[in-house]
Amino acid sequence: MIELSLQHRFGAPGWRASGRDEGFALDARIDAPGEGVTALFGPSGCGKTTVLSAVAGLLRPQQGRVVLDGTPLLDTARGICVAPERRRCAVVFQDARLFPHLSVETNLRYGLRRAPAESGGPSFDEVVALLGIAHLLGRRPAALSGGERQRVALGRALLARPRLLLMDEPLAALDAPRRAEVLPFLGRLRAAARLPILYVTHALDEVDALADHLVLMQEGRVVASGPVEALSARTDLPLAARRDAGVLLSCTVIESGPEGLTRLGFDGGTLVATIHPGAPGTRLRVRLRARDISVATEEPRGISMRNVLPVTLAEIRPAPEPAEAFLRLDAGPTPLLARVTRDSVARLGLYPGMRLWALVKAVTLDHRAAGPS
Amino acid sequence: MGALRFRARQVIGLAPEEWQAVRLSLEVATRSVLVSLVPAVGIAWLLARGRFPGRMFLDALVHLPLVVPPVVVGWALLMLFGIRGPIGAPLHDWFGIRLVFTTEGAALATAVMSFPLIVRAVRLGLENVDPGLEAAARTLGAGPLDRFLTVTLPLMSPGILAGAVTAFAAGLGEFGAVITFASNIPGETQTLPLAIYSATQTPGGEAVAARLAAISFALAVAGLLLAELIARRMYLLLGRA
Repeated sequence: MIELSLQHRFGAPGWRASGRDEGFALDARIDAPGEGVTALFGPSGCGKTTVLSAVAGLLRPQQGRVVLDGTPLLDTARGICVAPERRRCAVVFQDARLFPHLSVETNLRYGLRRAPAESGGPSFDEVVALLGIAHLLGRRPAALSGGERQRVALGRALLARPRLLLMDEPLAALDAPRRAEVLPFLGRLRAAARLPILYVTHALDEVDALADHLVLMQEGRVVASGPVEALSARTDLPLAARRDAGVLLSCTVIESGPEGLTRLGFDGGTLVATIHPGAPGTRLRVRLRARDISVATEEPRGISMRNVLPVTLAEIRPAPEPAEAFLRLDAGPTPLLARVTRDSVARLGLYPGMRLWALVKAVTLDHRAAGPS
Repeated sequence: MGALRFRARQVIGLAPEEWQAVRLSLEVATRSVLVSLVPAVGIAWLLARGRFPGRMFLDALVHLPLVVPPVVVGWALLMLFGIRGPIGAPLHDWFGIRLVFTTEGAALATAVMSFPLIVRAVRLGLENVDPGLEAAARTLGAGPLDRFLTVTLPLMSPGILAGAVTAFAAGLGEFGAVITFASNIPGETQTLPLAIYSATQTPGGEAVAARLAAISFALAVAGLLLAELIARRMYLLLGRA
């Protein structure tokens, strides 16, 4: 359990110019669960990295409290401020920050050597195997690619046997192929680490792939927080304004059928998709983008769409675009979001409570990553 | 060893007293670097990272020997470290240490003169160290001394080495402060430049002066080349070539 409450103003007297706008103020309260990945998500400059620095102890907020599993790391009211080196909150920085004068192996052991003897966690060999960096151990960081560097940084942080792992946009400095290379390792680390992770990002696909819990931030404040799936179904959040807005569904592979199609089961129906996430039983998350879903008032025939789900129209909500509307559709207990034109709402005479068929093209489903197990 | 040294002297064609001046110069320069290295790292740290009132004053004080005439520096040392000086008197009375007119004194004067050179190089090396790496070491559990020894010091070592070699090369040629504070005693404080000066003042000493000047020149160039070479090698080692 991580309890955070931070107030900090940049540009105030006594603070050196930090490159931020004069008067940028952070006022955030966050309660993150003691396990799984909590993603701090928001546009650049919303204060998410500042929150992370305050938890790590690298920035001392003017007022605040940081409590990790009942241990106060910071409490300005009581004059408590534990030094970063004693917080045991390891950080994975955007720019890796490997020590250039040390070999990969010495880098990896840097935190391990300084961790308390009684601290448990994966062993050196386990971490090396997990991240696939055995062949890099003798090299210098300068001889590594960006993706390799970030993998070593992940291992170094994990081997410091932290109580909390902090990640500050660990993939943001990488190009698309390198990101695709590192992302699966993050997923594996997340499953193996068994410790809470605070993950700062502005990339939604990383949230989809890794996060259990989402904290949405904007202009120094927390806009909303909760389980990722729940927040993805809300239309009143900045998330809904994105072109890729839509519900995140936790699915299980039911079968890999003939013709290369995969049937995915979720709480409220099944979906046919062209992705191949794994053997039956594999858990994964897919984002059903609202703009990829259409609705019909009668069961359609003679169309190519493979997914026709009977649903109930729960709500018609305004969309950021005036000519569009969000439809909240209930497929059993699972809410879905569809984005349609207002004209269609009027033409079809849609009203809450109406029985509809939701249409989803099988080819629009993207494979994100394994969902929370 | 003695034979080898004798031969080296013969090859260059130096008289024993000339060779003595060369050796003394090397000794004085080495000692001056050894004496000033640790304080220079400390001062450079304060100047680069410290946030305290009087930092500008300290900065100016350190750089003073670059702008004040060396003779004045020598005179100031004479006032402070002379047998009746505020520092020299207790040193002499309690510990029996006399600095004026000794090799140690020549090394002290040389150290003071080359101190700004070392501080500047060390500071440059320190400013090249990414504070983000030190922050990373902190989050991995390294305390202040631990981080300094395992991260900061190795990463600033090119600056330290470059500073030491530059100061050594410059120290071989220190004249004004040495002659004022330590005087011009052959075998004791008569370093290369002082010997050259004495030679030019002696009738028929032109050949001696030329030989010593050539050696002085060669040593300085070798020192600078060595400094450059070491810095490059170090940066290569640190992966920042």
